[in-house]
Amino acid sequence: MTEVAVIGFAEAPNERHSAATTNGVETLVPIFTEVFTATGLTKNDIGFWCSGSSDYLAGRAFSFVSAVDAIGAFPPVMESHVEMDAAWALYEAWLKILTGEAEIALAYGFGKSSAGMLRRVLALQLDPYLVAPLWPDSVAIAALQARLGIESGAWSEHEMACVAAQSRVSAATNSRALVSGDEPVQSLLAKPYIADPLRAHDCAPVTDGAAAVILAAGDRARDLCERPAWITGFEHRIDSGSLGARDLTAAPSAAAAGSAARAARAQVAELHAPFTHQQIILSRALGLADEVTVSPSGGALSGNPMFSAGLARIGWAARAIMSGRADVTLGHATSGPALQQNLVCVMETR
Amino acid sequence: MSQPLQPLHAPLEISFDYTRSLGPTLGEFVTALAARRILGARASDGRVHAPPFEFDPVTGAPPAELIEVGPAGTVVSWTWTDRPLDGQPLTRPFGWALIRLDGADTAMLHAVDAGSSQRMHTGMRVWPRWGGPGRSGNGITDIVCFDPSEPAQERWSEPGPAGEAITMITTPVRLSYDHTVSPGEDSYLRALAQGRIVGQRCPACGKVYLPSRGACPVDGVPTRDEVELPDTGIVTTFCVVNVPFAGQKIPAPYVAASVLIDGADIAFQHLILGCAPDQVRMGMRVRAVWKPRAEWENGTHTIDHFEPSGEPDAPYDSYAHHL
Repeated sequence: MTEVAVIGFAEAPNERHSAATTNGVETLVPIFTEVFTATGLTKNDIGFWCSGSSDYLAGRAFSFVSAVDAIGAFPPVMESHVEMDAAWALYEAWLKILTGEAEIALAYGFGKSSAGMLRRVLALQLDPYLVAPLWPDSVAIAALQARLGIESGAWSEHEMACVAAQSRVSAATNSRALVSGDEPVQSLLAKPYIADPLRAHDCAPVTDGAAAVILAAGDRARDLCERPAWITGFEHRIDSGSLGARDLTAAPSAAAAGSAARAARAQVAELHAPFTHQQIILSRALGLADEVTVSPSGGALSGNPMFSAGLARIGWAARAIMSGRADVTLGHATSGPALQQNLVCVMETR
Repeated sequence: MSQPLQPLHAPLEISFDYTRSLGPTLGEFVTALAARRILGARASDGRVHAPPFEFDPVTGAPPAELIEVGPAGTVVSWTWTDRPLDGQPLTRPFGWALIRLDGADTAMLHAVDAGSSQRMHTGMRVWPRWGGPGRSGNGITDIVCFDPSEPAQERWSEPGPAGEAITMITTPVRLSYDHTVSPGEDSYLRALAQGRIVGQRCPACGKVYLPSRGACPVDGVPTRDEVELPDTGIVTTFCVVNVPFAGQKIPAPYVAASVLIDGADIAFQHLILGCAPDQVRMGMRVRAVWKPRAEWENGTHTIDHFEPSGEPDAPYDSYAHHL
């Protein structure tokens, strides 16, 4: 099977209220420039482009088509799009290379969460017949999941606050992060609930941003990058969409994807957990030992640009390999309510 | 012209009343809701799912039959909303809950009108509050919410007779956004309010875009070099609108045309007036007719329409590559 590696990654500054448009062009142009400068590639070297974004976030049908201006798609390019986090666009790009249709691919994600009310927009990912008409917002759904774990003893509010505190400390090294700092756990726990039992620190901030990752095959990867992050496992699975019919204190799809991708070998795991209790669920689902460094970038809790945060987790995990800090890492992405769908990308040096 | 810090932005409201056909399982479920009965489905493993599944999670088969559950249920998890959002079940603070109806093994998501978060607890018993006449026959919202106490005997809290089968529901969607224009669009729109037409040139290929886009679609680079353009140009292509439609402001027939302003490399759409529609032709030279100065705004409508200038037509070769 063709070897494919991540050889480049760039992330836009995470912003609470970007002045950019919902079609992402202004946010994407600088990160394309960054990733091309780092690899020495130009747009003409990219054999396949794939984006991840959401028209619901933008409030405009086909908003992702406008983003193609950032590519400079002339002569015409091979391009695709997923209405999902761009981690799945990366998956499609990986398949394109495996099938021999491209040697170098670029996956990008973008989203202006601040354009609308994010937690209300996300109600539209729920069952359109029996759940979405009630407009349950994404924070309420996460709160229902958090309480199930607290009351069954699976985790505690204190453990959740520890996840938040660690995320903020880690994010101090991430120049792109929105939230960072060194607030003690007791101080976090003294704050009021925003959706009992969730406090503000338990929830990822509403974030605008974008990310781009370049994949290359075999010898091209070796030519372009000193230490490519070779993809050795790339899996995604999905659980039932019926919230009341599955055990929300676990993530079987994450466990299945992680097992198939051999996630337990990772030394560094970047987890796309927009809520503190979800990081606990995912760490267990992926079988991560205590020694594993979880989300050294700060993770989604430090900045959760919708539809690029998952791709950015993979990018950060790849960077740990490319910079020589680790030999085996994983990037995780999630989609849907309460960790319904999960993707795991395991990378290593060779 | 310097870039303002905050580009122009305006509210963008989108809404649509989606109509959804239900199929056999959801149709039976929704029809029962209209009669104030809640149904569930027994899965192959014996567990009763309420609401019912359309296809068994293990075997994939549709439910053999739907069975009645509830009406009361037990809260298995909950949270509290202090500031309800548009469209949510209640406008005063309320609890969301996963409710396992009596006889069911799975939980249903709905609202609980507990009055205060202090009254919410896992294990509490709740009863559906039905919408009553006038609010029935449209699915899950037939249940307004759940109450923490058993309802007093009211005419419409008892199950009603089976009515006609319901096959469709309407699920309105309304979303609000703050739409921001790009720096190039901002420059273009503000110039129009000053009676000017301003495009932007790509530093790589030299093409002038009007209105400007976030980046040159050919080169993928920002087009920040501003170009002042005249308010004259030509018609490249056009269509004669004959068909009346809802919201039409101009009486048909009229001409919508692609107008290529002198010096621009892409055309934009505008209205041609001042001549009979059958006189409009490709290559016809036109000039802008602006609205009265007091009505100038940040929008293309500041130009009321384009009219023939009377000059000789532009030769086809001069605009063929813009078609």
